Amino acid sequence: MRIPRYQTILFTVLLVASVGMGVALWQLRERAHQRLLSGQDSAPTQAPEVAPSEQATILLASDADGTLLAQAQSLPLPQDPGARARAVLGKLLDMYAAADAAHPVPGGASSIAQVFLLPAQDGYGRGSQSGASPGGRGSQSKDPMQMGPELAVVNLTGAFVASHPSGILTEMLTVTSICGTLHANLPRVTEVRFLVDGQPRATLAGHADLTRTYLATEVVPHP
Amino acid sequence: MTVSQLAAAQAPPVSAAPAGRFVVVLDAAHGGDDAGGRLGNGQAEKAFTLALSVRLRSLLAARGIQVTTTRESDATVDLNRRAEIANHANAQACLSLHGSESGSGVHLFVSSMAPVQPARFAPWKTAQAAWVTRSLALAGTLNSALLQAGMTVTLGRTSLPAVDSMTCPAVAVEIAPERDAGKKPIAELDDPGYQARVAETLAAALLEWRTDAWRTTEAHQP
Repeated sequence: MRIPRYQTILFTVLLVASVGMGVALWQLRERAHQRLLSGQDSAPTQAPEVAPSEQATILLASDADGTLLAQAQSLPLPQDPGARARAVLGKLLDMYAAADAAHPVPGGASSIAQVFLLPAQDGYGRGSQSGASPGGRGSQSKDPMQMGPELAVVNLTGAFVASHPSGILTEMLTVTSICGTLHANLPRVTEVRFLVDGQPRATLAGHADLTRTYLATEVVPHP
Repeated sequence: MTVSQLAAAQAPPVSAAPAGRFVVVLDAAHGGDDAGGRLGNGQAEKAFTLALSVRLRSLLAARGIQVTTTRESDATVDLNRRAEIANHANAQACLSLHGSESGSGVHLFVSSMAPVQPARFAPWKTAQAAWVTRSLALAGTLNSALLQAGMTVTLGRTSLPAVDSMTCPAVAVEIAPERDAGKKPIAELDDPGYQARVAETLAAALLEWRTDAWRTTEAHQP
């Protein structure tokens, strides 16, 4: 019995199509496998680098006598000045949140949302001459020795401000210890301003003026 | 800055008041919508400061001292309005009264502005700068009286918008519970005896301040 010609052609076409689809499927599988492998390569395989511990000076307030006492603390300090400022202030507020704190303020390190460092008004000219960007500090690319005084903008969380005890003394001590701690660890920080949730706010908890610029250099710890 | 925001600075403090006239301004902080801090017994700071102001006013009036208050009820008084009242009174002493659960004893605060020479006109927000030296002297008189009465006193400098605009010797007085060495309260803010002791001591100090002011004025007269 002879197979009709059209059936032979049809069979051949179907066979070629099946082989072709098989090859295409194999190639697609290989590509998907390669994509998966390349995805795994981009996943983090190393633990984040932990900054080495350094000595930091924390200016601790005392409600009992209204003084600031300088205390040395060892803590991991990043190289970036902004992150460094946030780290020391986080340590300060963690100590205030402790049960036996002499200046009890709830909230802890998470109360500092951000710390921005900008050229201070009196050091603006020097910062510009050394190539610092007027809009930001550009800490990674600039020579720190050539940079002038800086203004630190401390952005506090609304939760911290809402839970801060009210009173002239307690609010003044929180503000001055933040200013003093910043200046003690970042000597170029000469001025400090405050924001709450990114917005200006009249007072910390009804008393301390948060609309003004504080001079960090005026804060003197108790001997 | 507009012209209305300029505060007419007074002449040098010593010769500002004619002999025999002595006015004290009592500024009971907060009030109305602004409750201030929450004190230990649940009382709002605004109620505590008003009660202290009323008590102190009575004591001063009984000693023949003219008193002007920034509020006599639970009313909202703008910070600028408080300074306006004080400045119009041409006072020889302005006390901004506060209460707090933090700290111990009485906290005295003078404006943190650097002293400047009096001028015909001064910026509203820094009008106190010409009076800082006299404010420090007033704080010294209050401090001596409070220490003599056996109270714990903390002296400080700070920036308070109402006080910074006052053209008079101005001190912010913050009363906190009296505590022992172990930080345990021995006299709470709602203790009538403690309130009376603080008010009487402040009144005695202001009487001494008046005596000093008159003595200085007489010394300057030919």
